Amino acid sequence: MAFTVNVNGQDRQVDLPGAMPLLWVLRDELGLLGTKFGCGIAQCGACTVHVDGAAVRSCSLPLEAVGEGKVTTIEAIAKSPVGAALQAAWVEHDVPQCGYCQSGQIMTACAALTENPKLGRAGAVEALNGNICRCGCYNRIGDAVAAVAQKLEGGARAKA
Amino acid sequence: MPRPDTIDRRSFLRVGALAGGGLALNLGFAADLFAAEIGKGALPSAGMLNAFVSIAPDGLVTIVSKNPEIGQGISTSLPMIIAEELDADWDRVVITRAQANQALYGPQFAGGSLSTPTNWLPMRRAGATARDLLVRAAAAEWGVPAAELSTAKGVISHAASGRSTTYGAVASAAAKLTPLPAEQIKLKDPARFSIIGKPMRQVATPGIVRGEPMFGLDTRLPGMLFAVYARSPVIGAKLKRAELDAVKAKPGVRHAFPVQGNGNPMELVDGVAILATHWWLARDASDALVAEWDETIGAGHSSTTYAEKAAPLLKAVPAKVVRQDGDLAAARGSAAKRVQAEYHYPFLHHMPMEPQNCTALYENGKFTLWAPTQAPQNGIDGIVKALGVAESDITVNITRIGGGFGRRLINDTMVQAAAIAKGVPGTPVQLIVTREDDTMHGFYRPGGWHAYEALLDGKGKVTGFANHLVGFGTGGKPVRSGEINAQEFPAGLVDNLLIGQTNIETMIPTGPMRAPFSNGICFASQSFLDEVALASGRDLPTLLLEMLGEPRQLPSARPGQRGFDTGRARGVIEKVVATSGWKQRPKARGKTGYGFAFYFCHQGYSAQVVEVRVDQGKISVPRVWTATDVGSHIINTSGAQHQVRGSVIDGIGQALGQAMTFENGKAVETNFDAIQMARHEITPGRIEVDFVISDNPPTGLGEPALPPVIPALTNAIFAATGKRIRSLPIRLDETAA
Repeated sequence: MAFTVNVNGQDRQVDLPGAMPLLWVLRDELGLLGTKFGCGIAQCGACTVHVDGAAVRSCSLPLEAVGEGKVTTIEAIAKSPVGAALQAAWVEHDVPQCGYCQSGQIMTACAALTENPKLGRAGAVEALNGNICRCGCYNRIGDAVAAVAQKLEGGARAKA
Repeated sequence: MPRPDTIDRRSFLRVGALAGGGLALNLGFAADLFAAEIGKGALPSAGMLNAFVSIAPDGLVTIVSKNPEIGQGISTSLPMIIAEELDADWDRVVITRAQANQALYGPQFAGGSLSTPTNWLPMRRAGATARDLLVRAAAAEWGVPAAELSTAKGVISHAASGRSTTYGAVASAAAKLTPLPAEQIKLKDPARFSIIGKPMRQVATPGIVRGEPMFGLDTRLPGMLFAVYARSPVIGAKLKRAELDAVKAKPGVRHAFPVQGNGNPMELVDGVAILATHWWLARDASDALVAEWDETIGAGHSSTTYAEKAAPLLKAVPAKVVRQDGDLAAARGSAAKRVQAEYHYPFLHHMPMEPQNCTALYENGKFTLWAPTQAPQNGIDGIVKALGVAESDITVNITRIGGGFGRRLINDTMVQAAAIAKGVPGTPVQLIVTREDDTMHGFYRPGGWHAYEALLDGKGKVTGFANHLVGFGTGGKPVRSGEINAQEFPAGLVDNLLIGQTNIETMIPTGPMRAPFSNGICFASQSFLDEVALASGRDLPTLLLEMLGEPRQLPSARPGQRGFDTGRARGVIEKVVATSGWKQRPKARGKTGYGFAFYFCHQGYSAQVVEVRVDQGKISVPRVWTATDVGSHIINTSGAQHQVRGSVIDGIGQALGQAMTFENGKAVETNFDAIQMARHEITPGRIEVDFVISDNPPTGLGEPALPPVIPALTNAIFAATGKRIRSLPIRLDETAA
């Protein structure tokens, strides 16, 4: 079946069954490999993308349910100031070990911080609790998110 | 294959700066954030000084990272060792991943915390021999003795004449010189180390945060099909019959065929290969498969049956005496106190984030694989045995790996991918195992039960100790990673000692999981010793220090490795007792408790203190203190902190929420909904990471810090609540005081 999906600002035509989860459309059809397969049942968060800015588990979102939603993946998250800041903080805090879950962690953190720039440490833990990091980089993920939140708050204050 | 990274390390900086400008973000970028980024592809041949080091005319140093990267940071730390002896400028280093080629690079595997101890000297020599070539090339050019030259950060200087040149300028001449035997080259005085011992960022991180392809699952080849390998849920079941017409009629399916295994789960079990244009289409088509399996192999192999068998065996004498010192029965007669308890821990699965996968191409009688493997040679051996091909016809590209924890030391997925690719010559195939199949076809950390006995004299000294493991066996031998050894703590420290093992026959495949042997036994032994300490009127660190006695070395459990050093054990225990303020800890029962544990494994010593909070049946861990001794140098202090914290979090996750159970040879738990991994909310707010530096060669840190956190946690729960946890995972409501 033919669908048009808007991914990273571009309309993409795909001819695939509507039941195929967005994850596999991104990976196997559109070649966007930064979004990872972890569990297939929305339990681990490795496949997190944004649909209209909200964090969504792409492994459990059928293509036919995406509709007009604007999909953003890790490959384009640098276009968001928050996303770019998170990427930089991830490097600065040397966050990843194996790195496999990290695009999902960044996507979740980006959606949460964009929605609420004053997200504290406790808020970050709550927002990210659905994202498993099997290597246990949680302390540094928290540090990186907190650092960006602080910068965002500082930036907002400076502008005001 | 994954798109080659560009070696433009500043691109990330530019993107970050531009995008951040609008919000006036300034995260304090330093140029060294982008130093030593990972690159891919072949080592440039011009300026190639040895198998590991190549230097371009502009001075850019390319270093080969030889071992599989599973998140343990080895692709940063081994090149750091080379760069140190090379006197390279770390800001001008690019890392490239090696292909599997043990003849060229030496052993290539990630396991047993062995990468550091086995590569410390070879990597130093690789850097030093390359430096020697560069120095001699400069000396020849200037007509001065090489001994008069000095090097620093990629620059060679001759102090007497004031001349200097760069590595890049002399690399091509240096590459033409004959290298000296490594033994003849003087290594750097560690006092002059400027890269080793620093917190260097993982070289792959910039690519990771951009979502760049680098994992096994990200491998892409022209014309590639995606595969699933449908197996019986019963491990090792034989395929009797498969109806494939309905499968072949599903959208996107290109091939479907049965594959006959060789009966060895480590190599190839029977299955049905389904190949489609998109992986989800292959997976979806597998629902249409009608297959009949002979599942008799699993009959009676259930967790409940195993537990029923274990109960009487724990009361009986061990079937095999592993070690016997002194006379336990006589000591029992004269003991003032006798402490006895039984402990249990379950089977576990590794649950790495990246599901098992492998990409394979069979063309003109030769195999090429792209594999996220911890032990490529094991996979090659498996393909040779299962498919009857020559080793020389197999090429393996090692990809970055989304977590290993030991699962990928066993390479059944490589053999499956090769077997499937052989069925479609000329077409590359990416096999991805579903999370459920991955969990149901594991090589599990074997469960076990322990019956303990300790004897105390009137002064509370431990005079006797018995540890009987009721574990699992197959064909009369303990299963893989299910053996108790003759040096198991406190062997050698108690006069009257018995270590024994009795096995329950199993068909469940087992294998090494992070800190194999130790990850279960440590929980049981250090929890029991906490009971013994209580009975002796001491706390656990005090009891252990008394048992350890004077610094000395006990015999080794593993050939070629140093034995247990009581002095190093004392060192980490004393350190963590001091850093945690153990002696001043609140001791009253209540919501908060402190627990201690120590362990020695994989050549490393780690002592830990856990602060637990138990509130209305909910467990949280605010703080953990660790002290670990892995020798004379911590190569990458940032990576080392990661390994210790990751181990602590891993152990807490295992203790709180993980168990694999089986019903007639079939795994019951199959995904993260039933297996609770450690998550953000259970992560201790603070995990203090301290090292005791000792005069011993550096050893690995992927494993030794995991085992002690579990009993430190359960001992803390006892301190808080009076409930002794004798079975994992922790269930407060089921535990008697």
